[in-house]
Amino acid sequence: MTESRPAGRRLPVTVTVNGVARTADAEPRRTLSDFVRHDLGLTGTHVGCEHGVCGACTVLIDGDPVRSCLVLAVSAQGHDVTTVEGLGQPDTVTELGPVQRAFRDCHALQCGFCTPGFLTTITAGIAENPTPTRDEAVDMIAGNLCRCTGYQNIVEAVLTAARYAAGDDTPGGPAGHGAAGVEH
Amino acid sequence: MATRYFGAPVKRTEDLRLVTGRGRYTDDIGAGSAEGLLTLEAAFLRSPHAHARIVDIDVSDAIEIDGVIAIYTYEDLEGAAAEPLPVLIPHPALHAPRTNHPLAKDVVRHVGEAIVMVVATDRYITEDAVAAIGVSYEFLPPVIGLTAARAAHHLVHPDVPDNVSAHLVQESGDARAAIAAAPHVLEYTLEIERSCSMPLEGKAVRARYDVDDQSLRVYSSTQTSTSVRAAIAAKLGMQLGKVEVIAPDVGGGFGVKIMHPWPEEIMVPFAARQLQRPVKWTEDRREHFISSSHERAQQHEVRVGFDDAGRVLGLDVTFWHDNGAFTPYGIICPIVTSTQLLGPYKPGAYRVEFSSVYTNTVIVTPYRGAGRPQGVFVMERTMDRIAETLGMDRTAVRSANFIQPDEFPYDHGLIFQDGRPLIYDSGNYPDQLTMLKEMIGWDSFDALQAAAAVDGRRLGIGIGCYVEGTGPGPYEGAHIQVQTDGTVDVAIGLTSQGQGHQTVFAQIVADELGVPFEKIRVVTGDTRRFGHAVGTFASRAAVMSGSAVALAARKTRAKALEVAADTLECSADDLQIEDGVVSMKGNPSVSIPLGQVAVLSNPLRYAFDEAAKAATQFARPTDPSVPPVPAGREPGLEGKDYYSPPRSTFASGMHAAIVEIDDETSEIRIEKYCVVHDCGNLINPMIVEGQVHGGVAQGIGGALYEIMAYDEHGQLQNASFMDFLMPYVTEIPQLELGHQQTPSPLNPLGIKGAGEAGVIPVAAVIASAVENALGMRISAMPLNPSLLHGLRAAAAATAVES
Repeated sequence: MTESRPAGRRLPVTVTVNGVARTADAEPRRTLSDFVRHDLGLTGTHVGCEHGVCGACTVLIDGDPVRSCLVLAVSAQGHDVTTVEGLGQPDTVTELGPVQRAFRDCHALQCGFCTPGFLTTITAGIAENPTPTRDEAVDMIAGNLCRCTGYQNIVEAVLTAARYAAGDDTPGGPAGHGAAGVEH
Repeated sequence: MATRYFGAPVKRTEDLRLVTGRGRYTDDIGAGSAEGLLTLEAAFLRSPHAHARIVDIDVSDAIEIDGVIAIYTYEDLEGAAAEPLPVLIPHPALHAPRTNHPLAKDVVRHVGEAIVMVVATDRYITEDAVAAIGVSYEFLPPVIGLTAARAAHHLVHPDVPDNVSAHLVQESGDARAAIAAAPHVLEYTLEIERSCSMPLEGKAVRARYDVDDQSLRVYSSTQTSTSVRAAIAAKLGMQLGKVEVIAPDVGGGFGVKIMHPWPEEIMVPFAARQLQRPVKWTEDRREHFISSSHERAQQHEVRVGFDDAGRVLGLDVTFWHDNGAFTPYGIICPIVTSTQLLGPYKPGAYRVEFSSVYTNTVIVTPYRGAGRPQGVFVMERTMDRIAETLGMDRTAVRSANFIQPDEFPYDHGLIFQDGRPLIYDSGNYPDQLTMLKEMIGWDSFDALQAAAAVDGRRLGIGIGCYVEGTGPGPYEGAHIQVQTDGTVDVAIGLTSQGQGHQTVFAQIVADELGVPFEKIRVVTGDTRRFGHAVGTFASRAAVMSGSAVALAARKTRAKALEVAADTLECSADDLQIEDGVVSMKGNPSVSIPLGQVAVLSNPLRYAFDEAAKAATQFARPTDPSVPPVPAGREPGLEGKDYYSPPRSTFASGMHAAIVEIDDETSEIRIEKYCVVHDCGNLINPMIVEGQVHGGVAQGIGGALYEIMAYDEHGQLQNASFMDFLMPYVTEIPQLELGHQQTPSPLNPLGIKGAGEAGVIPVAAVIASAVENALGMRISAMPLNPSLLHGLRAAAAATAVES
């Protein structure tokens, strides 16, 4: 039966990830999500279902949101890939990208596992539609599953992120009754 | 005045890491590094059959595959690892417990049971090898679903003749006599389907064996690192001190990750030790569906007797619980159903009897709510039926049965899941109902419904009330250490799966110790830092670890004041700590930073840095007649303490919803959803609200979509995210929340748990609302549009015939 296995042939794959050209060898069958995570060590991209439904593994390819578990690494050859690690300067709160900052301000994450996929999806979404209505914000994230937050605060984060991206720094807060996050 | 953190919606410290891709989940450990390259990967061959005898396993082709390092079957296990996995929570009523082996021995009892483990240099190769293994089976008849299990024409375990693993009866008063004497009696059946936790991160285990000191370090996506540690040590015959288990960032749990040890938590460390290489296994989504755990499936037969005022005089419930193929986690879920069914009410007499039965399906362990959604469904359907029978308002029936605020502590005369009396600590249910009715507009709904009907729109309103036992023991602990730079390290053994533990426990320490929130670093679920703990389940983290953290902080504070008092030559009673500085009350110019107190607490001999220099014996004059460390004191500014509660706290809440049913498609749209809940004092209202949001969303999934579609052969037909429907944003309404706070008298912070509350009454609420909209009885959940469409068509056909 050993002959049924692909011969383990590895090809050099070069992609520009978060602005940096990276090359690693990959079998033709290797998914982009595995390539980014395990060959390039960028583990911010998460794999939730491996069949393109949950959206956790969403990265941007040439600016468009794509499920990296459904893309073969070799087919990303020569393209620009943006992962969650490329969405902001990660050292301080003030250097977060607008979507990252909105997620924190609006308590739009709990376990954080689906979060990178939402962040990349919304980054592309507000690039395309910088002033979404609430209904458009819902549409923007309607293909991503979150099992923790109940989505309400994520919708709020989309609207807040759009404002932040447009330069309006009026702080967003969690949706619904009561709490508005306090910075410490 | 220093800021008070307890009660404030403090933003989470976890988030900076998690929104920048720097979270570390188990599968991330070592990725992209030399260790990542050295790590071997494991995959499992799992049974494709629900019930079969393993006749032969042929691995000869698989072992030839380039990159395959090892293949293990049951025959390779030895010692305790070859024995069945433990029954974690034995109970006298669990008379026929059965558990599986880490790898199947002789017979497989559900699709997905692990049979062979392959270890190779690459996950892709492990899967090639799994596909190349040949197993021959002799088929045995599968038992699928409660009806088949109860009929017992076939058996899941040959030595369990009726498929019943456990049978328990509890009674308070003489319910059957009370029902017989009651003016009104109703009798009916209610059913709930299977669902599951389905965290977005599946399970994962990574193990590294240190050959030099013969120790194991294991990362696991678990809700209980200390117990996984104990299980690995026991199963692999190692000393506890030679095993470290760390729950790093965990991508959701919702109950499924409290089960332990999973077979993989034994097999991966087993292979790492044997091969002396790091080994990891990351569950894929299909594996999670067929080899983790499910919950919820129960059938209930209810008899209730009541008076003209709607008061329940006697309630008699008999139910059957589907525990799947094995009972490693005992019978927690049905016990919880049987006791928490009572909710905020006090029936005159109550009798409950359950049987937990084996089926050839995935095991059942708690999923968020753990048996409560079923119990609340039973009780709230009962309230609605009483109202219907008497022509009363549904909320009036509930009011007639509430435990009153002056009746706490209220003893139900039953034993709860923690083995302690079912005594509610505090609450105010009538006020809760008033709040909820106001929020949802209960009293004006009839007019709204009538106006909508004129436009051909079918609206309905529903309500559901629950009480949730939270924060069960036996204990949790915490360790706090002030560093010489004034930062404060906090360690608890309990784990986090996204509930914001690093934030809320820092809030408690900030207040109790008097230090800035930013100076506090919290580590959870790492046995290297705190070895004694129970785990994260049953909404117990805030209650248990929160209390332990507060007690440890108070100890640390007392020590800080003593050490500072020595230096400042005053009484500790004259000192206070604010913003990380110890100062004289009324004379703040006499002060000393807490970091400096930490320096002074440790009379070092070597001045290796400036802080240590200040602490050496030469830093200040000492009394040569007494030892540098006074009797009864330890060097270092730290405190450790444990909290162990007398019994559980009881959170409560009520939900109400307005739904609209599409007349043509039977689509059920939630127009408005209101929640009033009481979890005692709130540490962080933002985080509590987030827990409620998430819980309600899972509840809506359970009410409308989530089933485990087993066919008669025991094949799970919907083992993918394309087929197992969970709510997206488009299915979840905006929630309106109201907080009520009745502090618990049982713990130092007056808190009750909040993690599961959101999910518990949702199915009952939706059933109540759909029933109200359509005037037809709802007795089984979930209820998706196509099911509802069928029910409506059947009802219409019946109406035509009659």
